Amino acid sequence: MPKLTIDGREIEVEAGTTIIQAADLLGIEIPRFCYHERLAIAGNCRMCLVEVEKMPKPAASCAMPVGEGMVVKTNTPAVRKARQGVMEFLLLNHPLDCPICDQGGECDLQDQAMAYGSDKNRCKEGKRAVPDKDYGPLVQTMMTRCIQCTRCVRFISEVAGTPVLGGLGRGEHLEIGRYVGAAVSSELSGNLIDLCPVGALTNKPASYTYRSWELKKTESIDAMDALGSNIRVDTRGNEVIRILPRVAEDVNEEWLSDRSRFACDGLKRQRLDKPYVKKDGKLVPATWNEAFAAIAAKVKAAGAKVAAIAGDQADAETMVAYKDLLAALGSQAIDCRQDGAKLDASVRASYLFNSTAAGIEEADALLIIGSNPRKENPVLNARIRKRWQKGGFKVARIGHKGDLTYKYEHLGDDAGVLKAIAEGKHPFFEVLKTAKKPALIIGQGALSRADGAVLLGLARKLADAAGLVRDGWNGFNVLHTAAARVGGLDLGFVPGQGWRDVDHIVDGAHKGDVQVVFLIGADEVDMKALGEAFVVYQGSHGDAGAHRADVILPGAAYTEKSATFVNLEGRAQQTRLAVFPPGEAKEDWRIVRALSEVLGKALPYDSLRAVRERLAKASPVFAAIGSVTPAAWGAAFGAEGSLGDGALVSNIDNFYQTDPISRASKTMAECTAAFGGGCNHKHKKTGTHG
Amino acid sequence: MSNHSYEPESFAFTPEYLEKAKAFIAKYPAGRQQSAVMPLLDLAQRQEGWLSRAAMEVIAEMLDMAPIRVEEVATFYTMYNRKPVGKFHVQVCTNLPCMLRGSDDVVAAAKAALGVEFGDMTDDGTFTLSEVECLGACVNAPMMQINDDYYEDLTAESTKAVLEAFKRGEMPKPGPQNGRQFSCPAGGATSLTELKFEGGKA
Repeated sequence: MPKLTIDGREIEVEAGTTIIQAADLLGIEIPRFCYHERLAIAGNCRMCLVEVEKMPKPAASCAMPVGEGMVVKTNTPAVRKARQGVMEFLLLNHPLDCPICDQGGECDLQDQAMAYGSDKNRCKEGKRAVPDKDYGPLVQTMMTRCIQCTRCVRFISEVAGTPVLGGLGRGEHLEIGRYVGAAVSSELSGNLIDLCPVGALTNKPASYTYRSWELKKTESIDAMDALGSNIRVDTRGNEVIRILPRVAEDVNEEWLSDRSRFACDGLKRQRLDKPYVKKDGKLVPATWNEAFAAIAAKVKAAGAKVAAIAGDQADAETMVAYKDLLAALGSQAIDCRQDGAKLDASVRASYLFNSTAAGIEEADALLIIGSNPRKENPVLNARIRKRWQKGGFKVARIGHKGDLTYKYEHLGDDAGVLKAIAEGKHPFFEVLKTAKKPALIIGQGALSRADGAVLLGLARKLADAAGLVRDGWNGFNVLHTAAARVGGLDLGFVPGQGWRDVDHIVDGAHKGDVQVVFLIGADEVDMKALGEAFVVYQGSHGDAGAHRADVILPGAAYTEKSATFVNLEGRAQQTRLAVFPPGEAKEDWRIVRALSEVLGKALPYDSLRAVRERLAKASPVFAAIGSVTPAAWGAAFGAEGSLGDGALVSNIDNFYQTDPISRASKTMAECTAAFGGGCNHKHKKTGTHG
Repeated sequence: MSNHSYEPESFAFTPEYLEKAKAFIAKYPAGRQQSAVMPLLDLAQRQEGWLSRAAMEVIAEMLDMAPIRVEEVATFYTMYNRKPVGKFHVQVCTNLPCMLRGSDDVVAAAKAALGVEFGDMTDDGTFTLSEVECLGACVNAPMMQINDDYYEDLTAESTKAVLEAFKRGEMPKPGPQNGRQFSCPAGGATSLTELKFEGGKA
């Protein structure tokens, strides 16, 4: 390992490390534009020049590998002069529109120009102007501001795997642009905005609505998909302006999917801001007490004929409160699997993404069953792509045949293929068996089929036969799409022995055997099938559930409460309150607590801390915030039986609209109109789109 | 970059060019076929006279590249024509050595002879006149390139003569137009004027 000296400080680093990386390890700051630690090295901005002894000219530290005995200086007058020269060239064509630029205040160029820029312009020629490009409804372009660092080009090619951007022309005429007819419709395109060191690519839905220094920043957790990406919610007053990713190496690295980032305008629309009670077939605004009284009257009559279904964004605190409330009412008809997925809550390993998100980078063979990871979890899919790029990774897929941004072997879309592999009668069985760290991913599209339990059983059989679970490795992965799901299963929000599951609750409601149904943000249930049952909808948005409801209890969205979610790996994480719920809406677990009082079954917790203590009693997972609680492989799960017909398909058709928040979002509606359901960057527009 | 009306719907290599393209691809190791992108672009340009979007997409497909990667290459090198050009592509160098040796006259003569400005094509589609950067023939400045041939040591008159010859359908002799051989000294030899070998024999 070479040893080198940077600014008089010695450091020993791995061979192949570049000077800038070594300097970062020492905490020595070197300015940069094109270099980004998660992208390939380009070395074209020249801002990171340093002096290296015995080298005749300044060296670009991002592209210069360290050598034994190198002596690097980063703060000499010569270095400063070189960087000033680079900065002068960068600013030659950069407009002076910082006062109206959305990047102003958080702009790398602005910051570094403070250190290396001149107050005078020696260039008398005019600045060049570049026509703006159409990158779709998410990314605003101001190409005149572009300094051609090519971070966006590298990101969209390398990480997102949808190579549609490039540098066209040369020299003075070089412009970053997209290929004609190709759409910048990567499900990760919002990250271009974060990567752009200047204001060339900015947040289109939020453009000209904020200045970065006005915003209050709250660190939180995303609940739009099951990964639980670490996010920062930027707010002004009581309004969410934008959502940005935070660095979380084990979860989302520093990426965020477009839905998680841009659906935030849905938080302002279609909101339930006061309680409603149905009178004469019409929902009319009511007070909390009226709403509770209406529920109490029905619940008293129903006795134990009550049931609860938790939706995809229900938090663990609310679910445990409902579980306790229904238990007090004598019912265990509760279910957090509103899509009817045949997940087995009794064996924890059967519903987790056991390899963990970061762990998938160690796998060397992967079978994807009935899932489209690109639509179901773009950030996780980028991890799989990252693994694939390193080579020596065999991927096969049973299901829909579409572009996942990496190459895979398509084994068909018939469930019979899984059976053949599980029984060792398919060549891919050998691939898995001989791999060092084989893995499978089974999606909700497969598990929510009528024969989902059989498919789960086959996956388990395959995992045992092909040795997917070995010392220190568990390659059995369930890909969830709902943020609430793992938390719900962990705390046991599933029907007790002999009680109704979601299908039977709906069936019972239809037949009149279930008289009161609580929908906890559950909008994907077949509302028409609920028959004459009295429906209480507790949630944040006026979606399908609220339309069917007899009483609406307005709750808080994930940015408006401190709540616990367990991500698909089994990692408990907590959101933080960034803004207050609108109007009379309340934090969800408090609503349940208040309702329990009216029903005469007061729940024994009065503070968030007490609810969380109750959660920790339900499962130790909830006590280990931030870390993955791994699961033992345990007893067999799934069922044996015959397989149904029909192709294995993903449960997500339109990536942009999957839940009440994204369905209420105007931006997501625009994306749906512009890009379809996602995953089709190659589609051609007609006419002369510029 | 928008789709212009002159962009054709489709492109296909003729069998001869396809044969050549395959030979170029075969020169590179398996998996490194993308290295053949420049020769293939050149072949497409030789076949059609210019590079259409359709041609770039066909090449991208052949080499398993994203079309944008091919377009980046095609727009980087000015020798790839991204617009249709005439049968004869007249490229006049106006860089410093040529300018000092009178390229302004050559340009004026070419514009007059063809009746077009830089970047334009004659109405009959025979000539396109372009201004180019140094073509590396400064010893014979001023010069112009017509398709694959260099016409050097030009004056206004010889420029006109060369272009008129093309108009008549002739193929004027490439190289210096002032009778000089290659890049021999313009005014005749200035050194080694007499042959003297060891021993004084001539």
